[in-house]
Amino acid sequence: MVGVEGKAEDKAPPLDGEGLGRGDVPGKAALYDVDHPHPTLPHRGGGLEAIWDVLRDVPDPEIPAVSVVDLGIVRDVTADRVTLTPTYTGCPATLVIETMVRAALDEAGFDGVRIETVLSPPWTTDWITDEGKAKLKAYGIALPQPAGERAVECPQCGSTDTEEVSRFGSTPCKALWRCRDCLEPFDLFKCH
Amino acid sequence: MTVSTTTDQALFDTLLRLGDDALILGQRLSEWTGACPTVEVDLSIANMALDLIGQATHFLHAAGKVEGQGRDGDALAFRRDVLDFRNCLLVEQPNGDFARTMARQFLFSTWQKMLFEHLVSSQDELIAAVAAKAVKEVTYHQELAEEWVLRLGDGTDESHKRMQDGFDWLWRFVPELFDMDAVATEMAGRGIGADVSAFRADYDRKVQAVIEEATLTIPQDQRPILGGRQGHHGEHLGHLLATMQFLPRAYPDATW
Repeated sequence: MVGVEGKAEDKAPPLDGEGLGRGDVPGKAALYDVDHPHPTLPHRGGGLEAIWDVLRDVPDPEIPAVSVVDLGIVRDVTADRVTLTPTYTGCPATLVIETMVRAALDEAGFDGVRIETVLSPPWTTDWITDEGKAKLKAYGIALPQPAGERAVECPQCGSTDTEEVSRFGSTPCKALWRCRDCLEPFDLFKCH
Repeated sequence: MTVSTTTDQALFDTLLRLGDDALILGQRLSEWTGACPTVEVDLSIANMALDLIGQATHFLHAAGKVEGQGRDGDALAFRRDVLDFRNCLLVEQPNGDFARTMARQFLFSTWQKMLFEHLVSSQDELIAAVAAKAVKEVTYHQELAEEWVLRLGDGTDESHKRMQDGFDWLWRFVPELFDMDAVATEMAGRGIGADVSAFRADYDRKVQAVIEEATLTIPQDQRPILGGRQGHHGEHLGHLLATMQFLPRAYPDATW
């Protein structure tokens, strides 16, 4: 089950006895931080931007067109911690995302960086970046409209003559809509 | 039986109540997967189940930490027996037909939404955080259930009858949602739990308005059935747990 905050299992299991993940040997976790503060690799520049770059390459497992950064689920990055937040409390992708972020960080030499999951303040669709919004639209997913603007634009043809088919779509964060002009169905990111 | 030495029994119980309500209803809704009237409804119900199980994960994990005996959310979900569950009786009621499932969802989600709106300002950080997150999801559950109540109630003779039967059957489990026992009173006093009596009138108004709009009749008040919060459940919960807990009990500590 998903913890509410960082925990020992945040780290991926060691791939082999050597290299990445050595700190995960049971009982050694505490020692790891003390004895082997993992230096960020010099060629990565060592700054936070390097960590953000790694995260920008981690796709959302259910909507691979956007990264976890695009979706706004990376809440914070510090030199030793990445803070994530789930889109939905029961989002089944949450664990997969943690695992993927862990693997990406390890591979880039940031295996000393912890992953923490926080719930508060809750994620909202407002946190999807402009770049993320553009990518979602190109992928065929419509975005929630600002309050007071009810018309949902079809991501295929741009028509606003659209209708809701089902408020619950293929994933908990999406609703199923249909365009009355081009007749194509499409997903809408629910306003949250 | 659990011999509990927890330092904060009331908080532990409160987290179990919140978590078990969500877990048991989530499990009940999952029983519909693949068997719903339409594929859209199938997706909706599966998604609602997912939301509820997500809530349960957070509450039960926190309950395990408060208890301090090394049990995590999984241990609490899969290795407790009937008497240790603290869910209200409404959520463990069998699905019945689709109308009864929607009546149950409407009665529960309308209550849970109001509950979470209060818990957003809980003194307990975790409860406040989960409530703030989940209230947005529950709003969708409530709307979906309300729309089905209207559609079926104000539908054909057959759907009207079934919707009415659903409410008539489940009505007796509503008073338990508003029961302020010692645990609930202590928690409300400490600013951690909600004083559910504060929104009883709002709840009644909302439920009655929807039932009337659906051309249904408000059921007669019946002898309330209480006891879920103290672990006194109907036989249905045992059967539900037998299904839900089978794998972890048959293959303890299995991983994949």
